[in-house]
Amino acid sequence: MKTRLRRTMMFLNAQRASLVKDAYIYKPDSIIFDLEDAVAENQKDSARIALYNALKSINYKGIELVVRINGLDTPHAKEDIRAAIAGGIHAVRVPKTETPGDIYAAEKEIEKAEREFGIEIGRTMIMGAIESPLGVINAFDIAKSSKRMMGISIGAGDYTRTMQTTRSIEGIELQGARSQLVIAARAAGIMCFDTVYTDIENTEGFINEVKLIKQLGFDGKSIISPKQIPIVHSVFAPSQSEIRRAEKTIRALKEHSQGGVGVFTVDGQMIDIAMLEGANRTIALAKASGVYEGDL
Amino acid sequence: MILTKSAIAGTLESSDVQITIEPNHNGIELFISSIVMGQYGKQIKDVVIKTLEKLGVENAKITVVDKGALDCTIKARVECAVFRAADITENLPWGEKL
Repeated sequence: MKTRLRRTMMFLNAQRASLVKDAYIYKPDSIIFDLEDAVAENQKDSARIALYNALKSINYKGIELVVRINGLDTPHAKEDIRAAIAGGIHAVRVPKTETPGDIYAAEKEIEKAEREFGIEIGRTMIMGAIESPLGVINAFDIAKSSKRMMGISIGAGDYTRTMQTTRSIEGIELQGARSQLVIAARAAGIMCFDTVYTDIENTEGFINEVKLIKQLGFDGKSIISPKQIPIVHSVFAPSQSEIRRAEKTIRALKEHSQGGVGVFTVDGQMIDIAMLEGANRTIALAKASGVYEGDL
Repeated sequence: MILTKSAIAGTLESSDVQITIEPNHNGIELFISSIVMGQYGKQIKDVVIKTLEKLGVENAKITVVDKGALDCTIKARVECAVFRAADITENLPWGEKL
């Protein structure tokens, strides 16, 4: 499903049996099985076979299942795609996406695998991981390149390396890329996800970063530790005051529109029809987060 | 399937299993050690044998060192060891024999 809650996308090494077997207990919105950077070169085959068997055997309780394949310029990508599609993966994350051509190439192999294994053509979604300046420049074209595209994400490790800088707590070096990616994703009508936060012990820094990316408009964040899941879910859940404001907005718009009034004030704030979509989104997010107690 | 060399797959980490496979001519020789041998020894044997049968392996010496792996992990590691021993790296029969 292209549109669903994806606040947390938890990476785990597909080769590690202890991680794969019960990742669902942490309740991320998505699990990303990593066949790429987390897996040693001489274990790519093992990780792929482990992924296939996990997909066929383990009940992940409705959590979305994504695979990060190896780059299409490696000897592993095609077999990664075959194994993942045969196993029933929901989405394929294409690393180091720089042009729409990278998505086209992945899509070609995905469709071939869907045909081979009797999977409904078009069922498997794609997300593009953007990890370089060229990818950032091409973000909108990448986001629009396929009907399968459900999102784009920023990969800060490779991005900062190619930008000849390093990551900082403040994240100023990611400012341009984050803004461009969110704009591109919104213009293309797909979702946008922020990069991982690697300092697992720095809870305060993590909370600050999650608040920042939420305010920028990101839909969620890649995470690398189950400890990070409740923090992200909490930051992304609408507050009760946001929910009440959304409820008032929705009810007031309905009431005033029946009277032929298009703009008015509620609690001193100007309200018009442009606010309705945001208010509906707040209520939907509140319901999905399990914090909505109203009757809309 | 014909095995051309020895191979290992898996690890000795908790929840994993290490499978060592060597070609032979005496049918299937299976050696199992497990941290849960009493409770799951037979089940481990059944999973290994069934996986080998599906892959068409009739002659091999297999050593299994289990650290509490799920059946799907045991199956995955046996499959990986077999394909490595047969030198098969692509076009695996996903969905058929796996």
